[in-house]
Amino acid sequence: MSVQDQPAAATSARTYADYSAPLWKRVLLTRETAVIALTIAVIVYATINVENFDGPLTMKFLLQDIAPILLIALPMTLIIITGEIDLSVASIMGLSSVLLGVFHDGGMSIPVAAVLALLAGLACGALNGFLIAYVGLPSLAVTIGTLALFRGIAVGLLGTTAITEFTDSWADLATDTIGESRIPLVMIPFVVLAVAFSVLLHFSTFGRGIYEIGLNDEAAHFTGVDVARTKFILFVLSGVVSAFAGIYFTLRYGSARGDNATGYELQVIAAVLLGGVSIFGGRGRMHGVLAGVVLIGVISSALRLESVTVNVTNIIVGLLLVASVILPSVLGWAGSRLPRKASADPQGPRPDKDAATAGV
Amino acid sequence: MSHTDIERPESHESEVSAGEALLVEPSRLSPTRRALTTVLRSRELSIFLVLVAIIVLATVKNDSFLFSSDGWRNFLLNPSILLLLAVGQAVVIITRNVDLSVGSVMALTAYLTGRLFIEQPHLPIVVVIAACLLFGALLGLVNGVLVAYAGVPALVITLGTLYIYRGIMLTWAGSDRINAGDLPREFLRLGTRSVLGVPLLTILALVVLAVVGYYLWTARGGRELYAIGSDPDAAVLYGLPVRRRLLAAFVLSGALAGLAGALYTARYGTVSSSVGLGIELQAVAAAVIGGVAIFGGSGTVWGAAIGAFLLVTINRALPSLGIEDFWQRAVVGALILGAIVLDRVLAARQARKLAESRDHS
Repeated sequence: MSVQDQPAAATSARTYADYSAPLWKRVLLTRETAVIALTIAVIVYATINVENFDGPLTMKFLLQDIAPILLIALPMTLIIITGEIDLSVASIMGLSSVLLGVFHDGGMSIPVAAVLALLAGLACGALNGFLIAYVGLPSLAVTIGTLALFRGIAVGLLGTTAITEFTDSWADLATDTIGESRIPLVMIPFVVLAVAFSVLLHFSTFGRGIYEIGLNDEAAHFTGVDVARTKFILFVLSGVVSAFAGIYFTLRYGSARGDNATGYELQVIAAVLLGGVSIFGGRGRMHGVLAGVVLIGVISSALRLESVTVNVTNIIVGLLLVASVILPSVLGWAGSRLPRKASADPQGPRPDKDAATAGV
Repeated sequence: MSHTDIERPESHESEVSAGEALLVEPSRLSPTRRALTTVLRSRELSIFLVLVAIIVLATVKNDSFLFSSDGWRNFLLNPSILLLLAVGQAVVIITRNVDLSVGSVMALTAYLTGRLFIEQPHLPIVVVIAACLLFGALLGLVNGVLVAYAGVPALVITLGTLYIYRGIMLTWAGSDRINAGDLPREFLRLGTRSVLGVPLLTILALVVLAVVGYYLWTARGGRELYAIGSDPDAAVLYGLPVRRRLLAAFVLSGALAGLAGALYTARYGTVSSSVGLGIELQAVAAAVIGGVAIFGGSGTVWGAAIGAFLLVTINRALPSLGIEDFWQRAVVGALILGAIVLDRVLAARQARKLAESRDHS
């Protein structure tokens, strides 16, 4: 829960772990590879054993269902890697959904209303970012506050009513697929954003700064990373993307309500953590996160086809989440019990740390 | 307890060296005056004044808010369940952890209460409540073992168990729900009975609050929880039984959530699948509003309890103040933000004062 400070010992140990194995081992034996392998295994298993899983509609609905989570997972990954957290994303979704409805109801066309909703998301993200980055308040507390605040504004604006009148051509856009394929249209903006965020995280100075902040934000500050600005930008991005997900959500279900997307924040965070991002920051990669989201989506979709209720899906997701964080510790502990390993790692009272830090 | 506010992650050096200078100072004052200053400067007092202000405003607008028998009862009764959760949550947050699973634990034990009464209608009420306490403690123990011994962050673990416990509850309950008709009448009366004008549930919650508060304030174990929260590594080096204390904190939080589940059933008489949905964030919010720092090591359960009262009372007061109750959550959100900004301002002022006193000595 201490989102920031990990003991420095963990970071010094990882320097060795990173170069203690040949390249192929370092690339293949990572959390991300494990998640991707598990995802592929589940897909293969489901295709063979679950009736209708390879049917034409499954893929479409699967992708449509996980699209909001995929979208929000992108900025959330970056935020968690800096060691912060954003719990207000679902409330921003709800707020942008309500604003879209209210503006459209007031006679604006969908694109204008959508732009205004996106701007509102930007403002929400900027409020989070300002309080966290420049005032220096803990993100967990701030975003619990804004979770209530944004949701409260959304519910306050519409009360218990819902706006369901949307121009058909735009509503269709949210449910249509690309040409003849089974891939929904929303995947196009998602892929664009996914590429953009991956480049930003893995192939830019800004991205290296994100990792540095997560490992030690004071050190990052001294190496010239503008810590406050980086965090501020990330929270603004999170607000805008959440608002976009809210607009998609509204158009897909054709209804703007104050309680739209309640509880999505925990789903997004669960998926991101499952994908191998450390809650302490400084570790995680984009492909692992995307595999994590798809994994949860495939499991729930396959179980639904098997007519297993959503409860069991909840249990499985929870177990996966717990297992994903304790497995490295358990493996490390088991490893240290072996006499040979124990002598090779003399100073490691916490061998879990270097086992858990594969690949940055 | 405002002096604990200085135990912030930032700017350690100045505070540690200035601490010595400050330690001498209070002894010059008389004990009564010292106690008075502590109370007057406390973070709890400010939040208490906000609570009083809201109650006064709402009562001036509408007499029955407090002075009708119904208003008085609701004022005391409604916050009692959130109060229990907030007390448990505060203890966990003080150790620099968080327990997000309390809502699901509460749902499980609320259903357990109903189930027990359906299967064994003649079971004494005390046994059922004890069973809920134990079951909750067991669920808390699972969290605690994972956090303390597997060494993984509490946020992740309790997020996981939030899903798992909720899933177990939904699978177990299926589509049936507990109705008031399934429950013995004495048990339901427990939820509405009053002693000397104070509802029984409130008395129970306040007793729990007093015991936990006194323990945290004076007992060695309680002080060690603060030590662990302000610097976990230092606590290990100092030789404190960190793992045991963390385990105890999570077990306590689970047990209180279990108790809250039983009381929920007694109070409302129905248990559906949505019991306690999202209440974990309310419990965290109550603690934060009450001055429990999210990074541990400071704050009191008294503050968390006042925070819980404030959250629930605002909910009821808004309609009497002429604000639609749809806006209630927005007000709560603004309140949380205000509370943490206030904390930061107070901490900055405290740090400046300490730095000054160091320079002058």
